[in-house]
Amino acid sequence: MNIKKRFGPALLFSCLAMSAYGGESSIQLATGAQTALVQLRCSTCHSLDYIVMNSSFLARAAWDAEVRKMMKVMGAPIPENDVAPIVDYLTQQYGTK
Amino acid sequence: MPTRRSFLRTVAGGIALANAGVMARRARAELPQGTVDSAVRDTLPGKQPLIKRSFRPPNYESPVQYLDDVITPNDRFFVRWHLSNIPHIDADSWRLHVGGEAAERGFELTMDQLKHDFEPVELVAVCQCAGNRRGFSEPHVPGVEWGYGAMGNARWKGARLKDILARAGLKKDAVEIAFNGSDRAPLEGTPVFAKSIPAWKAMDENTLIAYEMNGAPLPHWNGFPARIVVPGWTATYWMKQVVSIRALSQPLASFWMNTAYRIPKGKFPIIDRFTSQESETTTPITEILVSSLMTNVGDGRRFAADQPVLIKGIAWDGGYGIRAVDVSVDEGRSWQSAELGENHGKYSFRTWQFTYVPRAAGRVSVMARASNSQGTSQPSELIFNGAGYHNNVVQTIVIDIV
Repeated sequence: MNIKKRFGPALLFSCLAMSAYGGESSIQLATGAQTALVQLRCSTCHSLDYIVMNSSFLARAAWDAEVRKMMKVMGAPIPENDVAPIVDYLTQQYGTK
Repeated sequence: MPTRRSFLRTVAGGIALANAGVMARRARAELPQGTVDSAVRDTLPGKQPLIKRSFRPPNYESPVQYLDDVITPNDRFFVRWHLSNIPHIDADSWRLHVGGEAAERGFELTMDQLKHDFEPVELVAVCQCAGNRRGFSEPHVPGVEWGYGAMGNARWKGARLKDILARAGLKKDAVEIAFNGSDRAPLEGTPVFAKSIPAWKAMDENTLIAYEMNGAPLPHWNGFPARIVVPGWTATYWMKQVVSIRALSQPLASFWMNTAYRIPKGKFPIIDRFTSQESETTTPITEILVSSLMTNVGDGRRFAADQPVLIKGIAWDGGYGIRAVDVSVDEGRSWQSAELGENHGKYSFRTWQFTYVPRAAGRVSVMARASNSQGTSQPSELIFNGAGYHNNVVQTIVIDIV
């Protein structure tokens, strides 16, 4: 997969920014079928501890609303086809128990 | 050693049995488990270790014990950013752009001009994140899950915003003053973090553009080289790394004003209103609600039955002034006055202390409740709102007398 083609220069810029916050490499997301997809789609603008911090009290509809807020309000370029697998993962691993 | 969580569970159960459910009704608010699990003590450059809530953008809160003094040292002050690309700014090349359609004239200021062309003013004021204590919301709501420490109290030095606006010449139709900072998101599509305040608040003699914090330049993480200081109002308006000030004849339209940082209308005891931004059902968060915090004791601390227990804390509000802090050691049935410390001004933390003399061994719930000169005090039940703002519920700490 060509990362630059999928995200353009924005992702590269964020990687540079990320180097200033080395601690985030310690964040371990729960292993699931979509872990890599979530890491790819959710880490351009923020560290993944946002996900863990917001658990476990959001039901599927609330996680769906969060993902769509990132797309519609924050401008995250998440393809529609990726939304359901991302929300599935967040609900399963970090949703209301 | 029991964790805070397991301890509280045990305590809540025990006291509910012992006191016919008094405590059970007042269930203890806890941070989400994921928040506890993902928090670490982490040290940003130039800072003491803080409680990391998120690495990027950096959101770090002060441990409660850092708030034990009336002034929060710069290296212990909380850090809160919305966007993750935070430039390191050179004060010599920094420029402040002043203008906007509701200003007669636009101009630029260098740091030297900001410091020398305008009378320097100093005041002590609490900087409290609008979402402080969001993590204790019941039910939990999404966001940065702050505990008690997304706040601090500092002596700010800077120029009055009204003096700078006087040079620009406000037109009669100026309704809001908008601020832009230097931080940017990695994606161009993310809304720029811009905020506005009503023109009347911008003209308040206490609203500043600060270039010093506690006698030193602002730390990078707290907005070097200059930030807006809006005493009495929540920190969302205290723009860090400010580079632009614009006088507007129309309300600022942006996600950060129109959607975020809003509270339901009519639910909170608010005096300062932001009418140009009000909708039918919501209004921007404005002033800080009266609150207090115990700073030298924590849950599960043990004290000897024959020794007086000194309980220390701080109280603050939106600038009306703390009138009293009362402490209860019997589940809120009776309250006794705490002794207030020195007054550092109406926007500052006010320290207080209370000496509790235990009569017997056992578990004791200690509660503190501040009230201000308006006669407003802290609620015993959370006023729930979807963004978790304005959580000033009376704090309870459970200690053991042994």
